Amino acid sequence: MAQPIIQADKLTKRFGDFVATDAITFDVARGEIFGFLGANGAGKTTAMRMLCGLSTPSSGHAQVAGFDVATHPEDVKQNIGYMSQKFSLYENLTVAENITFFGGIYGLRNPVLREKREQLLTRLGLHDVAGKHVGSLPLGWKQKLAFSVAILHDPKIVFLDEPTGGVDPFTRRQFWDLLYHAAAQGITVFVTTHYMDEAEYCNRVSIMVDGRLAALDTPRRLKELYGAASMDDVFYTLARGAQRGE
Amino acid sequence: MQQLALFIRKEFIHVLRDRRTLLILFGMPVMQILIFGFALSNEVKNARLVVVDHGRDVATTALIARLDASRYFEVDQVALSPKALEAAFRRGDVKVAVVFPARFYERWQHGQEATVQIIADASDPNTANTLTQYVSAIVYDHASEQRGVQAPPYGIRVETRMLYNPQLEGAPNYVPGVMALVLMLVCVMMTAVSIVREKETGTLEVLLVSPFRPVLVIVAKAVPYLLLSLVNVGSILMLSTWALGVPVQGNLFLLLAESVLFITTCLSLGIFISVQTSSQQVAMLISLMGMLLPTILFSGFMFPIENMPVPLQVISNLVPAKWYYIIVKSIMIKGLGFAAVWKETLILAGMTAGWLIISVKRFNIRLA
Amino acid sequence: MLFFLLQKEFKQIFRNRTILAVVLVMPLIQLIVLPLAADYEVKNINLCIVDNDRSPEAQRLAQQLTASGYFRLTGYTASYRDAQALLEADRADVVLTIPPHFGRALVRDGQQTLSLAVNAINGVKAGLGAAYITTILQTYNNAIRVQWIQPGRFPAAPIVKVAPVYWYNPFLNYRVFMVPGILAVLVTMIGGFLSALNIVQEKEVGTIEQINVSPIKKHYFILGKLLPFWVLGNVVFTLGLLVARVVYGIVPMGSIPLLYGFVTLYLLAILGLGLLISTYCETQQQAMLITFFFMMIFILLGGLFTPLDSMPTWARAVAYASPVTHLIAVMRMIILKGSTAQDVLPAAAIVATFALILNVWAIVNYRKTS
Repeated sequence: MAQPIIQADKLTKRFGDFVATDAITFDVARGEIFGFLGANGAGKTTAMRMLCGLSTPSSGHAQVAGFDVATHPEDVKQNIGYMSQKFSLYENLTVAENITFFGGIYGLRNPVLREKREQLLTRLGLHDVAGKHVGSLPLGWKQKLAFSVAILHDPKIVFLDEPTGGVDPFTRRQFWDLLYHAAAQGITVFVTTHYMDEAEYCNRVSIMVDGRLAALDTPRRLKELYGAASMDDVFYTLARGAQRGE
Repeated sequence: MQQLALFIRKEFIHVLRDRRTLLILFGMPVMQILIFGFALSNEVKNARLVVVDHGRDVATTALIARLDASRYFEVDQVALSPKALEAAFRRGDVKVAVVFPARFYERWQHGQEATVQIIADASDPNTANTLTQYVSAIVYDHASEQRGVQAPPYGIRVETRMLYNPQLEGAPNYVPGVMALVLMLVCVMMTAVSIVREKETGTLEVLLVSPFRPVLVIVAKAVPYLLLSLVNVGSILMLSTWALGVPVQGNLFLLLAESVLFITTCLSLGIFISVQTSSQQVAMLISLMGMLLPTILFSGFMFPIENMPVPLQVISNLVPAKWYYIIVKSIMIKGLGFAAVWKETLILAGMTAGWLIISVKRFNIRLA
Repeated sequence: MLFFLLQKEFKQIFRNRTILAVVLVMPLIQLIVLPLAADYEVKNINLCIVDNDRSPEAQRLAQQLTASGYFRLTGYTASYRDAQALLEADRADVVLTIPPHFGRALVRDGQQTLSLAVNAINGVKAGLGAAYITTILQTYNNAIRVQWIQPGRFPAAPIVKVAPVYWYNPFLNYRVFMVPGILAVLVTMIGGFLSALNIVQEKEVGTIEQINVSPIKKHYFILGKLLPFWVLGNVVFTLGLLVARVVYGIVPMGSIPLLYGFVTLYLLAILGLGLLISTYCETQQQAMLITFFFMMIFILLGGLFTPLDSMPTWARAVAYASPVTHLIAVMRMIILKGSTAQDVLPAAAIVATFALILNVWAIVNYRKTS
């Protein structure tokens, strides 16, 4: 295996007495689709925020795209894309304007920016609504748009925090096609989710329980290990032991 | 009843948890009382006055000494050229200049006209007017003293009594105004915004589907602000009594009862706004621009209503704070009883009832 | 990068109709209504005369008082009890009592005393009201003397005259004084509130996360937030100047570029304050209250209504530590007095310092990483 693109070493975040993320250690390889699972409150989002340079680790280390998240967060940010749980495009800007804005702040310039915008609109079939306010789009479209915007600047890794909450299975399937497409182009995908069918699509899956990393392997090996028929059962077996709920 | 208590408790927890907001809500009246009571005054003193003395004789020297002795002026006696004088005015270094002509004393004694010229910076007209009055008074005093002790016959004297506020201090005027302003702010804005926030986040719907009368949901939201406002009234009255020396002259209980009435008026206004609007920002803008500003403008404590154009005077009658301000002034400063304020009380009560009835109606329509 | 930030901010501001309406229409209405309302000139003092004499002398006095233009006769009665009731009902501000046999006694005793009761809750009004009455009485008194004293019985008294000249505002028009001050307050409120609410709003909605995870530099972000409001502030200011000219006929005496230069500098300071508040707050309600709190202190102490000279030392220190004070002063200086760049240099230096400190502070306090 080549040099991993994400390396976490005893990564820890404390809020007062509460240990949100407790010394997690793992690697993610280049081009991998890495599923990051866990019950609500297990510490997924906190861990992800540290990897994105949004939150400084209390102790431990992590390197993302070759940069230390604690000491060089801005260099990390140059190399990643991020799509948060809360939908975060500007609702009062149009589709095209959002693309231009986010491309622009990542340093894309015309004519490259214009070309990428056209490509994106074509791929998503959004040409007709390019001039509409994002706020007026259906949720599924918004999510696809948000993801495409997050990888517009060709990051090495894209972090997705529960990207498909609240949409129908068909739209989710379309969304995952986008993820595969991105991974095929060499972008590492780091995704948290609550949908176990989605977990099956990942190359490798980790499951967090109470701030610790309880399991990490390919979906197939995990099922074997826990003698379970589906990822659902694996998750259930692990999460049952959790001390903290929501 | 137990349910209502439960709701009120929840609202209290909400209000008390946001420490920053709470600090400002309690700090605001204290700051205002301090500023109005100690910092602001229209009394003009220590104004920089420049003397340009072309006379340089006994009379001008004596007059300059008198001006200097007055606490209104800080006299600066420099020989300024007209050009330099103008520059000093432009910089704002000088508010008033007094120019004595050449041969001042000589002209005076020989029955010629001896004119003292006063130049005032009238970009602030009130200050200019006041300073001119002061200088004139000092000059005339001096002149009449020089004329001899014997007063001419047929003299009319005026004996002036300053009622309610013999020291002519600002506080008796401001305290009732600050009370009206603070209550308006806390009750109208905070109530409106907090109800609309529940609308925005959707929690209001949850409360409304509970087996609890919708009107009581709203009542429960208003109660914490009622108590908060009473605390503010208390702190203002205490500060006023002990820090400003402006105690309550009339009946304290009457004053408190009237305050509760005005708070209810404000709360009903806040509820009225919250029923009409659906976003926090709009509620804020309406309360701030539509309520607070008219309160400052039209209650009569900062801007004299009698000087306004008639249409504005008519509008001022619609502002509840105006009536409350009159009530507080009558009870607290003049020491009058209920007989003097029953009309204003009735107006406030009428306004409250009106807003509440409309709010409840609109509220029920929304639910239906 | 800054270009894209600016493009976005401008589009967001100019697309929001409510905000635009508030920003552009409210100031105009306020600038038109406020000076009409904020008329501090003391006039229309309600006067009640208790005339126990009803002699020609007394009536002449009453007539002179009402003719002065300062007073409005709201009662002319023979009983002090009536007057007292008027005082309590706020229908009379001053009560002048003329004693019985005033006219006859003046001739007989050569001296008479009138008593004046003033409602002094509003100290300024009371002071000036009493002063006006005293002045008018003196004039009246002099006239009587001239009429009654046979020439030659007393030597002609030497005369000293006082001739006041009112520079910059010869008719002592109060609106001339208020308009520049109110314009200053409007620019302050618009700039302060909008910038304070802005970053907080992105926090509430959640879009700020997307910005924080991008490699954008903090000072670009703050600058991107600042510049659109800076332009907007200048637009509001321009509108205000036009209203001042069209409605009140106030034309700036001084240099217009200097005026804009100062306002521009000032906007940087007040916007910096708003952004700083914004970085400290979590909700828009908090941001609004805190901004309101500061604005209130700044405006009250800013010399808009009351002269700075008459404040105690501590309050003056606070006033000078607020950019609002300097803007109000400089607006009046340039617009009314035609002050030059050299005259406003000290104020400009202070405001520039504020702009620098507040904006750097905002940049430092805005954290992309928690």
